[in-house]
Amino acid sequence: MKKSYKIDVDCANCANKMEEAAQKTAGVKNASVNFMMLKMNVEFEDGYNPKEVMQEVRKNCKKVEDDCEIYL
Amino acid sequence: MNKKQRKMLFRIIIAAVFLVLLNFIPVTGTAVFLLYLIPYLVVGYDILWKALKGIKNHQVFDENFLMAVATIGAIALALYEKSSDYTEAIAVMLFYQIGEWFQSYAVGKSRRNISELMDIRPDYANIEKDGRLEKTDPDEVETGSVIVVQPGEKVPIDGIVEEGESSLNTSALTGESLPRDVEKGDEIISGCINMTGVLKIRTTKEFGESTVSKILDLVENASSRKSKSEDFISRFARIYTPAVCCAALALAFLPPLVRMLGMGMAAEWGTWIYRALTFLVISCPCALVISIPLSFFAGIGGAGNAGVLVKGSNYLETLSQTKIMVFDKTGTLTQGVFEVNGIHHSEMENEKLIEYAALAESASSHPISKSLQRAYGKEIDRSRVSDIREISGNGIIAKVDGREIAIGNDKLMKHMGISFINCHSVGTILHMAVDHKYAGHIVISDVVKPHSKEAVQELKKAGIRKTVMLTGDAKKVAEQVAEDLGLDGVYSELLPADKVEKVEELMKNKPEKEKLAFVGDGMNDAPVLRRADIGIAMGAMGSDAAIEAADVVLMDDDPMQISKAIKISRKCLRIVYQNIVFAIGIKVICLVLGAVGIASMWLAIFADVGVMILAVLNAIRALFVKKL
Repeated sequence: MKKSYKIDVDCANCANKMEEAAQKTAGVKNASVNFMMLKMNVEFEDGYNPKEVMQEVRKNCKKVEDDCEIYL
Repeated sequence: MNKKQRKMLFRIIIAAVFLVLLNFIPVTGTAVFLLYLIPYLVVGYDILWKALKGIKNHQVFDENFLMAVATIGAIALALYEKSSDYTEAIAVMLFYQIGEWFQSYAVGKSRRNISELMDIRPDYANIEKDGRLEKTDPDEVETGSVIVVQPGEKVPIDGIVEEGESSLNTSALTGESLPRDVEKGDEIISGCINMTGVLKIRTTKEFGESTVSKILDLVENASSRKSKSEDFISRFARIYTPAVCCAALALAFLPPLVRMLGMGMAAEWGTWIYRALTFLVISCPCALVISIPLSFFAGIGGAGNAGVLVKGSNYLETLSQTKIMVFDKTGTLTQGVFEVNGIHHSEMENEKLIEYAALAESASSHPISKSLQRAYGKEIDRSRVSDIREISGNGIIAKVDGREIAIGNDKLMKHMGISFINCHSVGTILHMAVDHKYAGHIVISDVVKPHSKEAVQELKKAGIRKTVMLTGDAKKVAEQVAEDLGLDGVYSELLPADKVEKVEELMKNKPEKEKLAFVGDGMNDAPVLRRADIGIAMGAMGSDAAIEAADVVLMDDDPMQISKAIKISRKCLRIVYQNIVFAIGIKVICLVLGAVGIASMWLAIFADVGVMILAVLNAIRALFVKKL
């Protein structure tokens, strides 16, 4: 399953870091952050609940870049 | 400017003013240190705070952390050496923040610019209720409803004009500034602006399926498909910061130790630590990381405004490397509007022959069938036709008024074992047989588009090495067109499947680095569009299949758009490479100069922020494609 989320982040490198952090989260098959559109596209693995996974993704992103937000 | 940016700008100005004033205040000792601490904290407190959080989250290579280490280190050095020169550390923080501010401002600005360029999203649809117009959310309008579009309003949903006539401004969709006239019965595409008269439109699609939604969706998702250049930059950024930090660490400890232990000289710890801190200032890969995606984003936005929709950064990159251009003939280089130009050797009255032809082809939407139906000129009574069999690439056999009509090219006649008379005219020759007896042939010819020749020349100028035309048409016609247009190669009499084969063959025989693009009108080219390195669909307004299959969609059917697309992609990629070389080059120079002690921290931060600003400004240049 694929979903798209609106995000807020200030610098492009931070967006790259968020992408990396999201990709490493359990349950995420693939994630890509589009800094220009401020969007995060996440593809979930089967059998995971997107809502729960996104909570983790958000936590992990906050770890690498404190000043970011994912609007769930 | 948003709230965050305004606040930051305020902090920057306060700190800068304070810093200048401090130069004139005659104080000494600890008081200086405390006074200088004020602008430092004003401009950099958030960096320090984020750095602390970074440490908590084990983010050693976080740029806030590195900036904090560099500036605090510089202040500590000044304290240690009792030089009281704190300006440098504060200036580094100040310029770093200026850079960040500029980046955020420029990106926000271009985000807005580009969305304005693609400002085709309709906000409402008018529905007439009890003689009054009611504004409705376009999402809620059902297929088949009648909507009213007044002058100055956008057409919100695709449909057919029921009533009224008007001129439409399609420039937001196609980049074409000439208005298009519509009247009752014409198809109308969402996203156009109605200019003169009131139109009543019966919708044929839902809003979500309408052209305007498809285009917006496509443009918004375009920069999610990342190009090789972007991947390269993110990989580079990932190793760049750690590498520079390790180099800084080595620079701080190795030379002094070697000097002290190996060469018996003074260690000069201060000098080397200062140089190491200079490294940290240059360790942020920001200029690169921001300017490359921004260039692509601006390029795709500018292209969209010119009527060239590119589905992703990767496709823009591939398009710029295109050396071989393969065209479909009908509808791409020629108008695809056929006319009956002659009827030869007819065994019956010409009108009767045309009538049979039009009826036999009545089920087909091919341009040739359309031209026969036009030549017939009367309403077609489909109940007279039965047993229609289409023989792909050859023709059609059908029963009309109980008589078997075969209509098609010479292959069909050969296949059926009917002897036929060859024609010497240039055009598409349709042989006809009635009840297995040859009945003559119809000559139909297509007209070359007015700009086709110019477009081919422009493509050559833009660096396309080879132009090839593929067509299902007869050899004679194809060769005539190819010669007129100055094409390098032509393959004729191809079935749809043959086109894929030919493209595959051309792709096999080209060097890996040269890319092959295929341009078609998207009607029946979907497999070829998918197979080519890059598929370009032309004049695709309203054709879903083409928008789906192609990588690049030209909204207008003017062949000049093809060369325009190539030029836009070349310009964008030129900017991308300029930025990569420029940004990496300056960083490397700064690192070298910093290591040997020529570049001070001042120079380092100037170079770093300067490169970023220039790279961002250069990236925005990709947006301006109108004059290409």
